[in-house]
Order: sequence, then structure tokens, then C-alpha cells
Amino acid sequence: MPGENNNQQDQKVVLHKSRRNFLKQSSLLTALAIAPPSLLKAADNNLDEKAAQFFEQQSLELEVNGIAHQLSVEPRVTLLDLLREQLHFTGTKKGCDYGQCGACTVHVNGKRVLSCLSLAIMQNGKKVTTIEGLAEGDKLHPMQEAFIKHDGFQCGYCTPGQIMSAVACVREGHADSDDNIREYMSGNICRCGAYPNIVDAIKEVKEKGGTI
Amino acid sequence: MINFDYVKVSSSKSAIAALNKDATSQFIAGGTNLVDLMKRGVTSPQKLIDITNLPLKDIKEENGVIRIGALTLNSEVAEDKLIMEKLPLLSMALKAGASPQLRNMATTGGNMLQRTRCPYFYDTTMPCNKRHPGSGCGAMNGYNRMHAIFGASASCIAVHPSDMCVALAALNATIIVSNNKGERKIPFADFHRLPGNIPEKDNNLQKGELITAVEIPVNDALAKRSLYIKVRDRASYAFALVSVAATLDMNGNTIRNARLAMGGVAHKPWRLTSAENFLKGKNASEENFKQAAAIAMKDAKAYGQNNFKLKMAPNTIVQTLKTVSGLS
Repeated sequence: MPGENNNQQDQKVVLHKSRRNFLKQSSLLTALAIAPPSLLKAADNNLDEKAAQFFEQQSLELEVNGIAHQLSVEPRVTLLDLLREQLHFTGTKKGCDYGQCGACTVHVNGKRVLSCLSLAIMQNGKKVTTIEGLAEGDKLHPMQEAFIKHDGFQCGYCTPGQIMSAVACVREGHADSDDNIREYMSGNICRCGAYPNIVDAIKEVKEKGGTI
Repeated sequence: MINFDYVKVSSSKSAIAALNKDATSQFIAGGTNLVDLMKRGVTSPQKLIDITNLPLKDIKEENGVIRIGALTLNSEVAEDKLIMEKLPLLSMALKAGASPQLRNMATTGGNMLQRTRCPYFYDTTMPCNKRHPGSGCGAMNGYNRMHAIFGASASCIAVHPSDMCVALAALNATIIVSNNKGERKIPFADFHRLPGNIPEKDNNLQKGELITAVEIPVNDALAKRSLYIKVRDRASYAFALVSVAATLDMNGNTIRNARLAMGGVAHKPWRLTSAENFLKGKNASEENFKQAAAIAMKDAKAYGQNNFKLKMAPNTIVQTLKTVSGLS
């Protein structure tokens, strides 16, 4: 029954959220265990916020998937961590965190970049698109459809980065041959080895034409 | 990552003033290398000065010289029509480097200032004279497959990782820097340095200086025959084991002028001046190219795991020359 499905989905969402909160709280407790006493005084309610205030925050305006956000971050926070931890856009994945795998690829002002090597504070005033920003409501982006059709993934961990890169690859005009697709997708590593299917998916979107 | 202060500046003057004010500060632009190094604790500036708003993003030609602003992105330079037409070698080298995402972040000035990718430099639990002067060189008798065969010293056998810089070396570029007294020009060959006994110093940029541009003389005859060949462990997105940048000015089958540089073989982009001199006035032939390669390899020295480079380097020189001259 449709109702049951909805319930299951709701439950999944709740489970997801509680797992995330548990991880957040437990890592915060670890942080507090090694924090100076002045910080521990702040450890009453709203632990996250109080702990964060101990370090110097700088304000930041960022448009993510069409919605403007007023944020404050420590200068050392990467765009990847801001998206995942503060804005909960967890579609963008942390693979290597050192600019070697491409799992964290997002678009900033229309250009594909690695969010793990981008400091969030340096993106002030910019427009970010993540994997969550590609679909229009329930209608998947043509590249998402093509990845499903061509089996462009197995475990799926690299997929958000692959798709963000693939969309950019077509928009840049670099999807004009198999060789060029391979070359211009080389910054996205897939440990499952779905590469041939990824090339097929990109080729199909490119050949269909139109604006993506 | 250890936390730091952050300021954004809007002019070269204020950038230089901010740098001079605080000895522990550093400029940041693309951040593709710096953020990586900061995450690993290899470097920990107390203040970052964001220079990405400075007006240093132009590519223009004036009086036979192309000037590229220091903040122009690697992808912008690589895809620029003027660069592709007049400096194809630079475009080829840039496209051979990193990945599309990184090229959309990395800047021209930052690319020149890349630190080595020697694993001992990156691993803070290992000895490294470049990261921690006096601690020793882990690579000398360790994992040195990627390391130098030219110009190394007892204290460091690391290589410079840039592709772009190999092309700029072959193209006789000049680096323009600003300081609080004004501007100075540094010929490309004098910018990066060999390790000697101060391997912690990668280049001759002075304290309080900002790279503002790179200038490259246009040479239409050389531009017609340009090639960058990069040999690496996988087809794309890997640092060079060996790379060769070559441009030839030819009259029929005779070489009027040759410019050659190598990457992945030394602490700086390695210009092959003696091989260039040998090729001047010679015919394009496999025999001459082999002799040129042998001349280029004269002072090469390997350290065990990188012995293969003693064959790979001359083979790559010959292959590049054969292809660029039209011999094969």
C-alpha cells in the first residue's frame, strides 16, 4: 500500500537523522574531552553552537541550489564540510579529502571544483550547485537518468561527483569523443570500475543534445 | 587543520602590506596545494591572505609578448584562443596536468609555487630536509621511484611537479613580481632553484613578494612545431615520471632553432640547453635526436628505484623530437 511505503520512508528518514545526530554528539563529546576548561563552561544546552563560538567565526553568504544562506564558519572549514555538516547536503561525498578522487565535486559559479580543497570562507557571495540541485522536483536530471539506464555505478559512493563532473564535461564541450570523455572525467575515480558505463551515459546525454 | 586568521584583500598593495605585517602569513588563491598541505600539517600559516579578488586575471598580447595575469585559472589559460594559437605548448602542458576540477581552481602564479609531491615531504612522521631542515632525506635510500635524476644534492632528491612550468621554461618566460618597492622581473630559468644545502627553499621569490604575471615572448616559427609528451603511471591525472616539452623552428628538414625542457627529473623544470645547441643547424633524423638525448643525459644520476628514468628520459626526448619534427 502507498501509505505503508510512506511510513517506511518516514522511518528511514528518522533513522538517518538519529544516526547522524549520534555521530555529531559523540564526536562533539570527544572534542570536549580535549577542550580547555573555558570551553567546557559552555557545555550546557546547544552544545554545537556554544563549542563553535569558542573559535573565531566569520560570516559568509552562500547560495546553494538556488537558496541563499547566511552562515558563519571558522576559516579552516572546507566547502565540503560546510555543505555536509552545516547544511546537511550529504549527497556530496567525502572520499579522500585530499583532492585525489573527485567524489566531492560540486559546481561553484557554474564551474566544477573540488569542495574538499575549497575553503568555505573563500566562496563568499558565490553560487554552489550540489547533486541535490540537479533534479527538478521529482524529475531527475537527464544525466541522472542516463547513469541509471547505463548502470553507471555499483556501490554509488563516487556517483554524485561523477554526475556533477559529467554534467560539466558536456557543458564545457568536452564530451565530443570517447577519448575526450575519458580524459575530461579522469579527475573522478571509481573504485568499482564502472568507467565504460559512465562513458556510455555521458555519450547518450551529449548525443541527445539540448541544454542540460 | 590548525585554525588560522583569514583576510581578503582587494589590491596588490594591500596584499603585500598584509604579508609584510605578519611573518606567519601566506597568500592563498586556488588553494589546491596549500589547503592539502595544511590538512596534513606540513605547513601551518597563522594567517591566510586571500588574493583572489586582485585584478590579475587578464591574458593579453602587446609588442610580441603575451602577458598572463597570475590569477588566471589553469583551465582558462589552457582553453584561451590566443594561447592555443600562439603558445600551443603551454596549452598542451596545462591540459596534461591535474584534473579538470583542479584546473578550474589552480592559478598561474600558484602553479609555479607548487611544492614537491615527494611522499617524505608529505608524511610528517618521516625525515625530510625540505619540510624539516636537518632531519635527513628519507627518499635517498627509500622510496625514490618518482625522484630526480638531474641536479639533486645529498640533502634532497625531490622533483618539481608542475607541467605548466616545463612549458614556460622552454618558452623563455619571465615572471613579474611586486614588492613594497615596486616591480621586478625574474627570468624563468632563475626562478626555481636546485636543492643544494637549502632544499626548504623552492624558488628565489623574496619575502614580501607577490607574483603578478608571467610574460612570454611570441615566436611564430617555434609555435608551429610544439609538443608536450608526459609519461606517467596512468593515462591521465597522475604526476609525470618524465615529461618533455619541445618546440622546433625548421627550414625544410633543417633545425634552425630548438627549445627543450623536461619535467619529473629535477628540483626545477630542466632546460636541455646543450642538446638544443647540438641540434641547431642539424637535420631532423633519428640519429641526431639520439645524440641530442645522449648529450642531455650526460650528468644524469639515479638512486635505485628510479633507475628506469635513465632509459625513459632519453627515449621520451627522442620520441618527442621525432613526432614534433614530423619524422614519425
